[in-house]
Amino acid sequence: MRELTYEVPATAEEAVAKVTGDEQARFLGGGTNLVDHLKLGVSTPKVLVDISRLPFDAVEQTDDGLRIGTNVRNSDLAAHPLVRSGWPGLSRALLAGASGQLRNQATTGGNLLQRTRCVYFQDITTPCNKREPGSGCSAIEGYGRHNALLGTSEACVATHPSDMAVALVALNATVVVLGPDGERRIPVADLHTLPGHHPEVETTLAHGELITHVELPVTTLAKRSTYYKARDRASYAFALVSAAAALSIEDGVVADVALAWGGVAHKPWRASRAEEALRGQPLEESAIASAVDEELRDAVTGPDNDYKRALLRGVTTAALSRLAPTEVSR
Amino acid sequence: MTARPFEARSMGTALDRVDGREKVTGRATYAVEHDADLDEAPLHAWLVTSTTASGRVLRVDAAEALAHPHVVTVLDHTNAPRLADTEDRELAVLQDDRIGFRGQIVAVVLAETSEAAREGARLVRVHQEAADASVSLDGAETYAPEEANGGFEAATDQGDFDAAWAAAPVQLEQTYSTPLEFNNPMEPHAATALWRDGSLTLWDSTQAVHGVASTLAPMLGISQDRVRVQAPYIGGGFGSKGLPHGPEMAVALAARWADGRPVKLAVTRQQMFGLTGYRTRTVSHLRIGAEPDGRITALEHAAVGQSSAVKEFVEQTAVPARMMYAASSLRTSHRVAALDVAVPSWMRAPGEMPGMFALEVAMDDLAEATGIDPIELRERNEPEVDPETGNPYNNRRLVECLHRGADLFGWQDRPAEPRATLDGDWWVGTGVASATYPASFAPGNTARIIALDGGRYEVSIGAVDLGTGSRTVLLQIAADALGVDPEAIDLALADTDLPMATVAGGSSGTSSWGTAIAQTAQQFRADHGEHPDPGVETTTTTDGYPSTDHALHSFGAVFAEARVHRLTGEVRVPRLLGVYSVGRVINPMTARSQLLGGLTMGLSAALFEDAYQDPRFGHVVTQDLASYHVAAHADVRDLQVEWLDDVDELATPMGSRGIGEIGIVGTSAAILNAASHATGVRVRDLPATPDVFSS
Ligand SMILES: Cc1cc2nc3c(=O)[nH]c(=O)nc-3n(C[C@H](O)[C@H](O)[C@H](O)COP(=O)(O)OP(=O)(O)OC[C@H]3O[C@@H](n4cnc5c(N)ncnc54)[C@H](O)[C@@H]3O)c2cc1C
Ligand code: SF4
Repeated sequence: MRELTYEVPATAEEAVAKVTGDEQARFLGGGTNLVDHLKLGVSTPKVLVDISRLPFDAVEQTDDGLRIGTNVRNSDLAAHPLVRSGWPGLSRALLAGASGQLRNQATTGGNLLQRTRCVYFQDITTPCNKREPGSGCSAIEGYGRHNALLGTSEACVATHPSDMAVALVALNATVVVLGPDGERRIPVADLHTLPGHHPEVETTLAHGELITHVELPVTTLAKRSTYYKARDRASYAFALVSAAAALSIEDGVVADVALAWGGVAHKPWRASRAEEALRGQPLEESAIASAVDEELRDAVTGPDNDYKRALLRGVTTAALSRLAPTEVSR
Repeated sequence: MTARPFEARSMGTALDRVDGREKVTGRATYAVEHDADLDEAPLHAWLVTSTTASGRVLRVDAAEALAHPHVVTVLDHTNAPRLADTEDRELAVLQDDRIGFRGQIVAVVLAETSEAAREGARLVRVHQEAADASVSLDGAETYAPEEANGGFEAATDQGDFDAAWAAAPVQLEQTYSTPLEFNNPMEPHAATALWRDGSLTLWDSTQAVHGVASTLAPMLGISQDRVRVQAPYIGGGFGSKGLPHGPEMAVALAARWADGRPVKLAVTRQQMFGLTGYRTRTVSHLRIGAEPDGRITALEHAAVGQSSAVKEFVEQTAVPARMMYAASSLRTSHRVAALDVAVPSWMRAPGEMPGMFALEVAMDDLAEATGIDPIELRERNEPEVDPETGNPYNNRRLVECLHRGADLFGWQDRPAEPRATLDGDWWVGTGVASATYPASFAPGNTARIIALDGGRYEVSIGAVDLGTGSRTVLLQIAADALGVDPEAIDLALADTDLPMATVAGGSSGTSSWGTAIAQTAQQFRADHGEHPDPGVETTTTTDGYPSTDHALHSFGAVFAEARVHRLTGEVRVPRLLGVYSVGRVINPMTARSQLLGGLTMGLSAALFEDAYQDPRFGHVVTQDLASYHVAAHADVRDLQVEWLDDVDELATPMGSRGIGEIGIVGTSAAILNAASHATGVRVRDLPATPDVFSS
């Protein structure tokens, strides 16, 4: 592990100034992802700016919804009564992630900005365009079980690992970001990018921009939201694929639906085409399957990740069925 | 003399683990926690490994690493101390420029802190010349080895298999496979080494202190009495610490270089996927010919496995088929491919685990093909005598285990047809498999008993408690063999300064060490009577005990319920039951833990464990516990074990047989059989992950 300096800024502005001014500096949240990367040599910053003590540690009710400080721990956010009642899908997504110990340590901003679990990204002895631009992608012809199928490029097929982020995308959340020139807001759906030719670029944030809050708009749809995660073991495993969903049924048809997927792309994937296909339809398993297939029209799979198509039908059906007022016909 | 059976007083009772308090309070000292025993601050070692699967090290450029203020030196094949014997290429680290697999030790960085050592390792540049490598078992050339692990014959042929097969009205021919699996004990392989005055002291995380000393000493060119190995506490091993591996030699060489200053080395989890052994991938081709009533007339088990060109290891996968069921013709064989890959080794129940997985799923296949209940089918193939040797069994109670398990599990309510029960979104099924494990006994163990003041005794043997509870169980054996209370015994273990003990492996430890203790206690009483003078002592060595004209085995039956999600293919196992016949259970608490642990590991293998060895690079890329899944708490639901009342004095004077491994045997098969019963989809390859059922 490279030697580095560790700094504790007194204010958010100071934190932003420190990182903006130094290409070799990184924010440190709970450290559950970054510290692993330091040890593995995946990340070799010279300066760590610890933001975990900045006073962004509250969940506040606002006129339009909730405002969540970046330093709210995943476990506290999941257990928050307002989250559980107004945005249950977020609570479920958080609880589906990692383990109790990790959730106690992990922060909201850190969770959003955690990096891919692609095994080659984490193994510095193998080529990886994301870690070392231009070196090649080992995953495309390699261990492919977790590879993305939507929005991939020839440079990178990695998935974004966060469960929480998938729920936030379905729930139309926004991040509040502090930069050297002040504050701006970005929908979580636009926070992460597709790999294209530059998989080393993962978000629309500039170096040194600090996530200070996440804002959740209050809606009736969000109250009927859930999260279904398919994974190998019953807990403590990243998603093979997952679905965050919110649903309202009126007069026996889908009045409104929000759907986002995890484990399919370089970003949490809003399945807008599938949503469109479902609106106005009676909620039947066959309709859900066709809507999923519609979303997957441009999907590219190989032998190792082709199973994700069927699995997406499965998790989407499972998630929506949980929200349906009556049994979904088969 | 030979030991005689003796009365059980403490044996059979649930004496608390004598080291439980040290462990839960964090006072137990593991391999790199012996600073209090050192008179100087240790150096920290970090391993640098090859990034090509075959070829040569051209040059190790240590300039940048050495520029680090806390890095002390970098050892490579040009400057490391020389070994006297380099025949064992896994252990002959840093002796030449050859690279035999990706992940091989090519340099060792020594530094003042562990962080500096790690950073030094990152800064070392290893220039390598890559040669063509063969790393994939699929399509690889295989050969017939001379023997399989455990000294078993590589191939056997009894009766006329070809004729019996050709004549069989029911023919089953299928392939079953198990992937690369890694032991992953909680404590990584680690050691503290001190070289002083031409002698080596090693605090090692090993299952065999004498085994390490007798292997390393001749290679280091010193006599064995100049190597002292201690292993007071071990954080698990599951076989991966049964034999010394490269890191132990690396730290010994580093200590020799540091002459006088201790050196500590802890292998990383990632490095354990290259350097500390694993279960080879196995591919089992089975042909079973049977009568319509299910009686097997022809059985062939042909096993193919992965070995390493650096050192041969032949998993004895086809061995259990030699004794499990009655078959008038029986053929088994092993072939392996010597690949440019890390060296496979022991992992809990080598041979039995993958072999019984194949055989017991095949039995379910046969049950399906003949329409016979899986338990009934096994009963119909129950042999009168051991099919391999013709000897009578010591205590073959498989059918009783099956029946008892069936009662406890509610087998009679099971629908005969698969895919018959849908509960909500979950297909539900049940499955069964047999388990077996040989009653292994290792001769040559020595125990010493010294009378102390006040009616106390010191009992010493170099055996290692790798976390299983040996320290507690041996105390109970010693107490009963001497006819005193356990509190009257001071037990000394896990040090080569103590009398010689064999490896804690092959489920042979308690049987072999216990017999040595019993024999010594009986000799001690013969020598010194019931009221010995303090200071008198007796030492004896065993050469044998177990009956040689019986086939000595343990048996068991494993029952599983599996639920498979109809939409996602996720598999959950709400119930798992094992009923065993294992001889006398010396301590029901530690025994239960062993069996529960075995079942859990079998569950883990059934559903999760699967190391992906990248065919382009040759190393395992799922090399941490987030990508190589072992069962988590939430996966382990209602787990039950029971054992039959047993005393087997043909196997040991305690009446016990080993129990460390049988829990993993058959378990994966029972679970996959249950999943097949649930879904109607037959799975013959481990593990059964959701993608298997979702498409
Ligand atoms: C074994 C294991 C299993 C896991 N399983 C799951 C799982 O199933 N599902 C899941 O979703 N996650 C899982 N995780 C990941 C876990 O959720 C993340 O590690 C965690 O959320 C990261 O949060 P942190 O605060 O520790 O981030 P850190 O490690 O501190 O930071 C992560 C990144 O975010 C940056 N950063 C942190 N805060 C800010 C901020 N406010 N503004 C700008 N940049 C910032 C850091 O510079 C760093 O690049 C798992 C992790 C482990 C180790
Ligand atoms: S998929 Fe992306 S992260 Fe993984 S190896 Fe390829 S470039 Fe690297």
